Formats: sequence, structure tokens, C-alpha cells
Amino acid sequence: MYTIQGKTGDWELVIGLEVHCEILSESKVFSGASAKFGAEQNTQVSFIDAAFPGMLPKVNEKCIEQCVKTGFGLNAKINKYSRFDRKNYFYADLPQGYQISQLYYPIVGEGYIEVTTDEGTRKIGVERLHLEQDAGKSIHDMVPGKSLIDLNRSGVGLMEIVSKPDMHSPAEAGEYLRQLRAIVRALGTCDGNMDEGSMRCDVNVSVRKVGEAGLRPRAEVKNVNSVRFVMQAIEIEANRQIDIYENGGQCKQETRLFDSVNLETRPMRSKENANDYRYFPDPDLLPVVLTDEYIENIRKNLPELPEAKKKRYVAELGLTPYDAHVLTLDKETSAYFEAAIKGHDAKKVANWVMGDLFGYLNKSAKSITESPISAENLGALVGLIQDGTISGKIAKEVFEIMTETGKAPAVIVEEKGLKQTTDTGAIEKIIADVLAANMDKVAEIKAGKDKLKGWFVGQIMKASQGKVNPALANQLLDKKLGEI
Amino acid sequence: MSFNEQTIKTIANLARLKFPQEDEAKFAKDINGILDWVEQLKEVNVDGVEPLVSVSPRENAVRADVVTDGSLQTELMANAPESVQGFYEVPRMVE
Amino acid sequence: MTDLVNLHISDALDLLNKKEISSVELTKAHLVEMEKGRVLNAYITETPERALADAEASDKRRANGEKLGALDGIPIANKDLYCTKGIRTTAASKILSKFIPPYESTVTQKLKEAGTVMLGKVNTDQFAMGGSTATSYFGVTKNPWGLDLVPGGSSGGSAAAVAAGLCMGATGSDTGGSIRQPASFCGITGIKPTYGRCSRYGIVAFASSLDQAGPMARSVKDCALMLREMAGPDQFDSTVAELPVPDYTLALTGDIRGKKIGIPKEYRPNGLNPEVAKIWDKGIQLLKDAGAEVIDISLPHTKYALPVYYIVACAEASSNLSRYDGVRYTTRVEGKTLDEMYENTRTDGFGPEVIRRILLGTFVLSAGFYDAYYTRAQRVRRLIYNDFVEAFKQVDAIVVPAAPTPALSYEAFKNMSPVDTYLGDVFTTPASLAGVPSLSLPIGLSDGGLPIGLQIIGKHFDENTVFQIGDVLEKSAGFDLNPHRVKG
Repeated sequence: MYTIQGKTGDWELVIGLEVHCEILSESKVFSGASAKFGAEQNTQVSFIDAAFPGMLPKVNEKCIEQCVKTGFGLNAKINKYSRFDRKNYFYADLPQGYQISQLYYPIVGEGYIEVTTDEGTRKIGVERLHLEQDAGKSIHDMVPGKSLIDLNRSGVGLMEIVSKPDMHSPAEAGEYLRQLRAIVRALGTCDGNMDEGSMRCDVNVSVRKVGEAGLRPRAEVKNVNSVRFVMQAIEIEANRQIDIYENGGQCKQETRLFDSVNLETRPMRSKENANDYRYFPDPDLLPVVLTDEYIENIRKNLPELPEAKKKRYVAELGLTPYDAHVLTLDKETSAYFEAAIKGHDAKKVANWVMGDLFGYLNKSAKSITESPISAENLGALVGLIQDGTISGKIAKEVFEIMTETGKAPAVIVEEKGLKQTTDTGAIEKIIADVLAANMDKVAEIKAGKDKLKGWFVGQIMKASQGKVNPALANQLLDKKLGEI
Repeated sequence: MSFNEQTIKTIANLARLKFPQEDEAKFAKDINGILDWVEQLKEVNVDGVEPLVSVSPRENAVRADVVTDGSLQTELMANAPESVQGFYEVPRMVE
Repeated sequence: MTDLVNLHISDALDLLNKKEISSVELTKAHLVEMEKGRVLNAYITETPERALADAEASDKRRANGEKLGALDGIPIANKDLYCTKGIRTTAASKILSKFIPPYESTVTQKLKEAGTVMLGKVNTDQFAMGGSTATSYFGVTKNPWGLDLVPGGSSGGSAAAVAAGLCMGATGSDTGGSIRQPASFCGITGIKPTYGRCSRYGIVAFASSLDQAGPMARSVKDCALMLREMAGPDQFDSTVAELPVPDYTLALTGDIRGKKIGIPKEYRPNGLNPEVAKIWDKGIQLLKDAGAEVIDISLPHTKYALPVYYIVACAEASSNLSRYDGVRYTTRVEGKTLDEMYENTRTDGFGPEVIRRILLGTFVLSAGFYDAYYTRAQRVRRLIYNDFVEAFKQVDAIVVPAAPTPALSYEAFKNMSPVDTYLGDVFTTPASLAGVPSLSLPIGLSDGGLPIGLQIIGKHFDENTVFQIGDVLEKSAGFDLNPHRVKG
């Protein structure tokens, strides 16, 4: 179990996450304005989003569907009856003066996410998923003394997914977030881009002595927007709390901000801590009542979820659980992988994807969807090795060229004449030349220094520019040596 | 009644209103009068009565996920008390 | 020509269709009357140019034999709570005093499509909060029956304008009696339809679960004509019923024999104004004479409607009015910080009654008080709703007074405590909370010569029965508005 060693003993962590996922939909949750990211300021804003007098919200059916889908991804109870409430507070990026959310009757109830870390696999409880609207954006550094407001994001649909305080280590929390991201991506309900803010995370952290019952006051750390930051923030905040307790102090329940530059958490202004949101049912909106048929229809048409996919990769493709896990972390990777293995050895393809391909993508800062090597071409490359057309070594070379040209491996092999030589006569000729030039070493082999055979194979490969099949070269070398 | 001088300050702050002291006292008195009068609701036995949220006969009023609205920057800014380059402008929100 | 401003809408339509008058003539007559009637302060914004353009367009449609709307060429006024594209819409407040909506409310759009001519925007209590129009930032509207009297409210501008012939009909809105009480005070007819009958889209919100649009005019038939055009499904308002709107004029059969009319005992408390009681009794007798069956009934939770109403309405209002923050379209009073700007803008922009209701609403929703006030009020609202459902198993309609008194003087109103002013809604709030339709029409005069109205309350979405009974009462009461009208 993960613990932090303090002066007074070992401490354990209690962690819960609140994750906001922007829903993938064409239009906003309560208006017909576009929900696309990145437009010019205030060009995707209806009078509803800007809360003009007399404007009324109307629910986007797609957003409801996306919540139900995600609910299935979280193994959660889909609530047939849900309703909207207003959360009242003033802020310049919140035009209505309230956020439409679901406090009393959320659309999705309890569920769980399976999380695998070094300590094994655990089910982390999900408390609820509710549908709400996003706020706009404030910009503080363009005009001195002023803040500027862009309402393009105002009213974009959000799923807030609240975990139970079930996590006990930074690694577990990080993995929960990764899994959650993989789930929403697989379902197509959120793009999961934390750097664009379409997935955002608040972390609840408290500490207690190992074995202690009950919970101590927690800090809600806001604005923690990458997996790495989540793990850092938890560690930093937990240590801060432990310091306080060990120096005889007390922690209070509060909201703090994570500063990823100075690596610290800071209290938010007390005014924000003192808010009273005065939730009440939104009288402009009606209850959402889902039929069994509607729910079943969504369930039937769900894509395969990462967890199920992982299990299938292990059982059917013979991958190791670790490889299966890596290949199912996002749906682009698994889609690429599945396209690449068609007709080829899955384990070998997995090695190429996770080894050379990931290495290349990492180095060149590309996502898998930007890979110059198509899945089909990577599969074909593995195929060329398998059928003996090229050696593994040549394959690396072909791979290099593929990253530069995007060409099919067979074309490259053809163009560059990289095909393995299977012409026994030609190979025997090369072997004879190599042996003739190194008679001293032949004598050593004859004297019993068998290891030198490997050196000869290397020389033969070199002389053939790698085009000789190593197995064939070995076989012919033995034959030639025997003849001497 | 519970609506005292501190309450009026707290409530006014929540509603982003601010008055001179004499107005605070007057409003507090008015609200207290109203709250005393609504006390009569305590006579009613509401055990097991579900709160009535809406008298609309409908549920599930939804719209299709299509973009029908939104290219209104000019109209929005024409109404704005202060704006710059297509943004709304407000006093600086962070220190 | 003066007769033109005394016509009912139904008669004017006949004359227009027979080409005996033109819409321009009709409109001009009203514009002249509006000028003469300015002492009433019924209009916040007059739109004569728009009116004449609308009228000319209507005359042209008629001349060319084009398809006509059901109210083609009829000059009307809109309560200044309805957003009208390109025309200032203030909600009678300072904070929206410069607001020019870039969109049109559904109801005014429908009336436009019905061919009506818009004369202007009429006064109301600020954000429809009040029963006198005295809370308007643009000054109180005067009652045509006596310039020292309030016209009622919040749709007091509509009621006064209709009563004084400054328009043929007007839109009103009713949250807790804001159509029915001013109709009674000014001796005209108005209906609050069933909640969900008319779209609220584009109407400045007061209390979303209660607000309903409705027409005000000088006859039951005129209200029926107008409501048919105003009502109906709307893609922009989730709470609107997806029900077809009947031709309400077809319900005006003149025959109510055998109709069961409920008279609830709870509306006759000790100390009921004797003049109001007298008019009520007169109405009951007229119904009996017309062959209706009058039945004593009980609506046991009636007395709680008023406090429930003020809690629910103010709670919703406190949230609905948060959007007036100085950022996007209201007036703004600067401040050093965002919060200071909010406080300065809102405290300056809202009148005292609006502030009182925001404070009350904020309080009843606040932590520690929500259940005791707001949730309890909603539970009692359910009991009030159930009272009506039960009663309507027994009767077709319920007839009660519209207001506890005839029109009050402005002086008297000014000196009342908030709670005392709220008591003016005592007979109207129950139907609002239950969402049932209710028509208010004048039946007779007080000893002092002021009109007194009755309400006919019907089942959900059964405006037909309400109009049918109202029409019979109107004809048998023989209430005559004109001799008493005060002109400027």
C-alpha cells in the first residue's frame, strides 16, 4: 500500500476525483450554437448562451445520449428520471448568473472503473455522472486593468463524473483518469483533450494515519489539468497536510488551486469558499424520462469498451496484459492496431507498434492518427518479415524509409532492391569469398572456437548488404566449413 | 425572526446588491414582515407530499443536435455596455 | 371617427373586411387617442411609425386580396415585458431602460403574423412585480376610471390602454394575477390561459413556473380571438404544451344550461368587501338564470396560496434576475472590481420592490432555510394543485371574485406595507399555482362607480368552457364601459 512516511508515523491518502468532460456534440447543450473548439471570440454564442432577457434553454438530445453511453462505460446505473437544477453564483463568464446542472436527480448513478497499477487491479467507485453546461472564458492579460470575456464555451455540454473517495495513491488516481479518458474516447462522448480543456479535473485529497478510521477534512484542489499534474498535486497536497498535522496544526475543508509552475497548492480567496449556491429545480426545463427501450437501444449499439477490448486482446490475440493495456488506452491506438493485425501476427505487430512506431511518434511529437505509416503498411511490413522477404534488420531500414515517404514496404523493398537473397549459388559465392579472406579465423573455428561462427555470419550479412536470409546463411556456412 | 442585520448583509452580498445602512434596516424590516406572514405555512401538514416543481404537462422536451444559431458577434457587441475586439470587457477579475 | 376607438376587435374586423374602414383609419384614430390619453401614462414607448407601416401593409394585403391574418389590421399594444425586435423593451426598469432586443418574442411574433398593428409598448410594474404599476421606473399609470386611482398591475398599462381606447387589445402577462386584477380594476376582460398554453420565449421572465402570456381586451370574444393567435406549441419553450389550439370563438354558444359551476367557500372569508360580495352574488344569480347548476365546493388550502406564491415566485425571480449584471446588455455602473460593478449596477438598476423580492427569494433558497421555506412552499403548492384537481371532478368551472377590492387610490397604495399590497393577489394566486386558466371580466360597478370583476376558472387546457361561461356572463351582466371612461 502507498503511504507517506512522516515524523510521527505512516500516513495514507484518501483521494476522490471530479472530472468535467466536454460532451462531443455539434451544438451546445441548451442552444443551437456550435460547440466546436477554437472559433473567433463570441462567434458561437446565441442569445440563449448570452442570457438575454426572455431566452429559454432547450435540451440537446445528443447530450442526453452521450451521458447514457458514458454511464454504460462506467458500469453505472442509468437513471430513468433526471432533472435540472440551477446553481446560483455570479461570475463574468457565467451569463445567466446560474449554471444549469443536476444536483438532486443526476442522469447517471453509481458505477465503477477498473484500474490496474503495480498493486493490482481495483474497482474505483463512481458516485454519479451529471449533465451541466460549461461557462465562458476570461482573458486577463490583454487590456490593463480589465478582463475580457469570450462566451464561445458558454453552454457547451459537460458531463461531471464524480468518483468515490476510493483512491489511495497518486498512481491510482492517475490511472483512473487515464482509464476514464480511454472510456470516453472509445465511446466518442468526449475527445479527452486535457490541454484544450475539454477534460478537466478537480482533486479531493485528505490524509489519515494508517489504520485510522474515519476521514479528516479534505482539500478540493482545482484546475489540475493533466495526468501528471494530478499525480503531482496529490503528492504535494498530501505532504502539505501531513506537515500541518505533524506540526500540531489542523487542516480545514477548503478549496485550493494547483500551481503547476511553482509546484504548490494555494488557497482560493475566502469569498469563493463562502459561496452558497442556492440550488433549486430549474423551472424552465422539464424532467428527462428515459424508457427501457431507449436505454437498451443505446446499450446494444455501444462500441467495445477498453476494458472488454483489453480482455479480448489477452484471450484471443495472446498479448500480455501489459501490452493489451497500452494498446487500449485510446481508441485511435487500438483502431490502428486492429487494422494492422489483419492477416498478420498480432504479437509481432504489437511489438512494432509499441516499439518502433511509438518511439518514432514520440520523437517527432505526432499522434498515432498523424502517423505517416498507415496501419495496413505496418502490418505489411511485419508480413514481409514473416514470409522471409526481408530480414528484421532490413525491416528497420524499411521502417525508416516508410516514416519519411509513407510508401508501402513492398514498394520500398522493390525500389531499393532489399529483397533477401535466396539464390544459394550467389550466397555460397559470398561465403566462399568471406572465408577465403579470413582463413586465420577458419583455422580457429576448426580448432574448436565455435563462437566465431557468429562473427562470420555478420560478415556475410555485411557483404550481402543484409539481403541474405540469416538462417540460410548459417546453414550454408556450416556446409562450407564442413567441406574445408 | 432570523432575518437580522447580519442576514441582510449576507443575502445582499449573495444577490450582489449593496445599500446604505438605513436602507439595509428598512429592507430587513420589510423582509421580516413578510417572513412573519409566511410562518402560517407551518400549520399545514405536508408529510409525504411531493414538492410541486412544474405544472407543465410535458416531459422530455428535447431539440435535435444541429447548429442553428450563434454567428451573432455584431449583435451581441452592439448591446454590450463595454466591449473590445469582440470581447465583453469587465473590471479585472484577478489580482 | 371617434367611434373607431370604441369598437370591439370582432366588429372592427367585420368593418375592415367589408372595406367600410381601413386599418390606417383605425390606426390613426388610435394614435390620436393615445396622444389625448397621455395623461394616463399607459405607454412607455409609442411606435406610431411602425403602427402606420403595419396598417398600410395590412390595407395593401386586403386590397390585393392576399391571404389575411385572423387579426389583420387590428391595432394593439404590447406589455413592455415582451421583447420586440428593434424596439426598446424595458420591463419598466432602469436597468433595461436602454435595451433594444435583437429578437422578437414568440407571442408578439405570432400576433405580427396574424396581421396586427403595433401601437407601442405599455407600462407595467417593474419586472411585472407589483399590483399597481406604481413600481414602474417610468412612473405610475393612471386608471381611466379616476386619475387618482391605480389601474392595478402588473399589466396596468395594458388594462388602462384597453379601457381608455388607446388600443383595441393588448398583451398582458400573469404570474400571480397580473392580467386578472388590472382587468377588474379597469373594467375590461383578460384571460390568464393554462400554464403551457402560450410560449414564454422572449418575455422577460419573472417567475418561470408561473408566468403566462394572455390577452386583454374589451370583450370575451376579443380575448378569444387574440388568444387563439397567441397560443400554441413553440420549439423554443420546453414548457409549452404540444396541443392544438381550438378556435375559441366556436365555444361562444350562449348556452350554458346544465354546466356545473363551483362556488368555493374559502373565497368568502369574514370581512370580504361587501361590494365585491354583492357583485359575486350577482354573478352567481346570472349563472343560475342562464340554467347553470351552481354547487358549493371547497378548496381547502386557498388561504395558503398567497404565502406559497410569494416564496416560489420570489425564489425563481431572484435567480431569473441574476442575468442583469452590467456585462452584456444592461446599463452599467462602473466599479473598481467585478463585484463592485455588479453591486453598483444592480442596486442602481432595480427599484425597491424588485430588490425586496430578490432579497426574499435569495433568502428562502439559502443554505439552512431552503427546506423550511422553499421546499415547504412547493409541497403546499402540490396541495393547492390537488384541491383544483379534486374540485374539477365535480364541476366544469369555478367562479370567484378577481380582486378583494375595486381599484385603490395611489395614495392608499403608497402607504401600504409590502404584505398589505400582496393581499391584493389573494383571489388570483391559487389558479396561478395550479396552472389552471382563469378569465377575469367586469360584472358591475361599486357604489362609488368603479368596476368589479369576477374570475371564471377552468380545467387545465379547457379555455373553451371558461370563454363559454364568460360570454354568457358578459351578455347577461350588460356591463357598459363607455359612459364612465375618463378622458385626458
